[in-house]
Amino acid sequence: MDELRKRAHELLQSGEVKLVIGYEQGNGNKVRPVFITNPEDTAKLIFDSRCVQNLAVYLSKPEVKTIGKPAIVATLPVLRTIIQLASENQLTDDSAVILGITPDGALRNFSTLEEIETFINQFEIQLEERDKKIIEQINQMTPEERWKFWVDTLTPCFKCYACRAACPMCYCTKCTVEQNQPQWIPVPSHQLGNLEWHFMRAMHMAGRCVDCGACARACPISIPLNLLTKKMMEDMKAQFGEYRIAIKKGNPMSTFKPEDSETFIR
Amino acid sequence: MTIKRLIIQKTSLEKFFDVLIQKGKTIYAPKRKNEKINYEVVNHFSEVCDDYIQTTQSAKSIIFPRTEKLFNYNKGKGNITLEDFDPDQVPEAVIWGVRPCDAAGFIPLTAIFNWDSKDEIYNTRFEKTTIIAFSCTSADESCFCTSVGGNPGNTNGADILLTGMGDKNLFLAEVITEKGEKAVSFAPNLFEEDPGIEKEKYLADLPKQFNQEEIKDKLQAFFESDLWKKQSLRCLGCGACAYVCPTCACFDIQDEVHGKEGKRVRCWDSCGLSLFTLHTSGHNPRSVQSQRWRQRLMHKFSYMPQRLAVYGCTGCGRCSRACPVDMNMLEHLISIQEIQK
Repeated sequence: MDELRKRAHELLQSGEVKLVIGYEQGNGNKVRPVFITNPEDTAKLIFDSRCVQNLAVYLSKPEVKTIGKPAIVATLPVLRTIIQLASENQLTDDSAVILGITPDGALRNFSTLEEIETFINQFEIQLEERDKKIIEQINQMTPEERWKFWVDTLTPCFKCYACRAACPMCYCTKCTVEQNQPQWIPVPSHQLGNLEWHFMRAMHMAGRCVDCGACARACPISIPLNLLTKKMMEDMKAQFGEYRIAIKKGNPMSTFKPEDSETFIR
Repeated sequence: MTIKRLIIQKTSLEKFFDVLIQKGKTIYAPKRKNEKINYEVVNHFSEVCDDYIQTTQSAKSIIFPRTEKLFNYNKGKGNITLEDFDPDQVPEAVIWGVRPCDAAGFIPLTAIFNWDSKDEIYNTRFEKTTIIAFSCTSADESCFCTSVGGNPGNTNGADILLTGMGDKNLFLAEVITEKGEKAVSFAPNLFEEDPGIEKEKYLADLPKQFNQEEIKDKLQAFFESDLWKKQSLRCLGCGACAYVCPTCACFDIQDEVHGKEGKRVRCWDSCGLSLFTLHTSGHNPRSVQSQRWRQRLMHKFSYMPQRLAVYGCTGCGRCSRACPVDMNMLEHLISIQEIQK
């Protein structure tokens, strides 16, 4: 933690960055994002096992962008996010200084996106046993059972869009749910409106999701909505053979290659 | 304001619950499901949860549902037929086990729905609902009712307030309104005269942390302050705080059309969402989150007291508990109080 504070202090002091995005102690036992512009305030920075929010979501927030070049505390899921954002032309080497935190909690500096890419490729995205088990159960269900499962899981949603807001991959300035000429997704939160919203979101995440879990953690009513994205991830693996976050790979669902096996697109 | 003070044994309370069911009341009570406690229709007393500080969602959705059909329409040849809201379809209901901050939440909510036009649907539901609240014997770090004019044993907004004593085998029952009196009249023998119980010693201890009148006065000069940006830099811009809030009443009106038929629905909306104030022209007067956060706080602590003579916050603390990034209402209000003029 001292090393992180020291590095953050240096970066702000030298003027290399205008802002450090990290974690600070919040109310009670909570931790929360902190935005530090003054070197003296780097003492507020903390890092421990509670620091799981995906801070990359702030890299696209207009008010954060206006402050100037940031340094960002980046755990493994955040590093993956940064590479995925780079692959979608949302970030370059110069966008931010990356204060990487390795899975064993050590500070690691990265000077290029390629370095980050090499680093994250050592750690394959693995679903937890518990999630694998649920997905296996879903796979075994009949279409009717499956429909009922998703209806029961998603009907409580009241559409606060915390899942979308917490997701760094949801950086569109105008989301599909906000397209109202025509209205693609029903605005009200009822069975159909909820299912359409969550299915649409999952489809947009297919092949892009880094499985950071931010969406499910943000849900105020604890809907396990990343089950959908986890399931999509397994499906992508089955269909495309691998699930890898890389700078130059293209997203499977939005990339066309002449040698694609499907004939419907030709 | 209290009509009478009675006491009731826990065993009789259970019988009272059953009597209300027998009288045809739909009872909404806190129920535990997947580690969350929320109001649901409950048919048996054993399902009712009583070991909670606060439910995740407020009780407002019982009177002001997240999605509500206003009317159906059918466009025939040359004429349009409407199937209007039918007040007879609204059940006689009881909300059982709300905390005093939730019961008090219906005061600003009712003020909003009767501000200029009287909202028939809201008022029908509200009139048909009896609120049986339970005093708080414990509080957590997000609670701040005492700073916004409430307290853990506040009777405002409730029809009956029950306060558990000691090991909660005996309850003080304060009957506050005629609705409450009517409910008691279904089973008067279950209640006994109050021997003169001092309620206060059974209530949660929650010191007052700010003065809402002072906040209101200060806010008048703060519209252009950089405070909003500082406070809301971490705000993600979702509607979680508004949707769990017992007093947030903003809604959107949508037509759901299927060919010549359709329905008009009212559904929750939030000033925290970017689409909320987007004009048809493309201009958005609240284009960034700091302006939306300012609106949320100003509405509750400045605009509502000015226009409706009631504050838009009852200190239930749900917004702070629900926020994924620890936007804590109490902390932000204290920091406003501490600003020197």
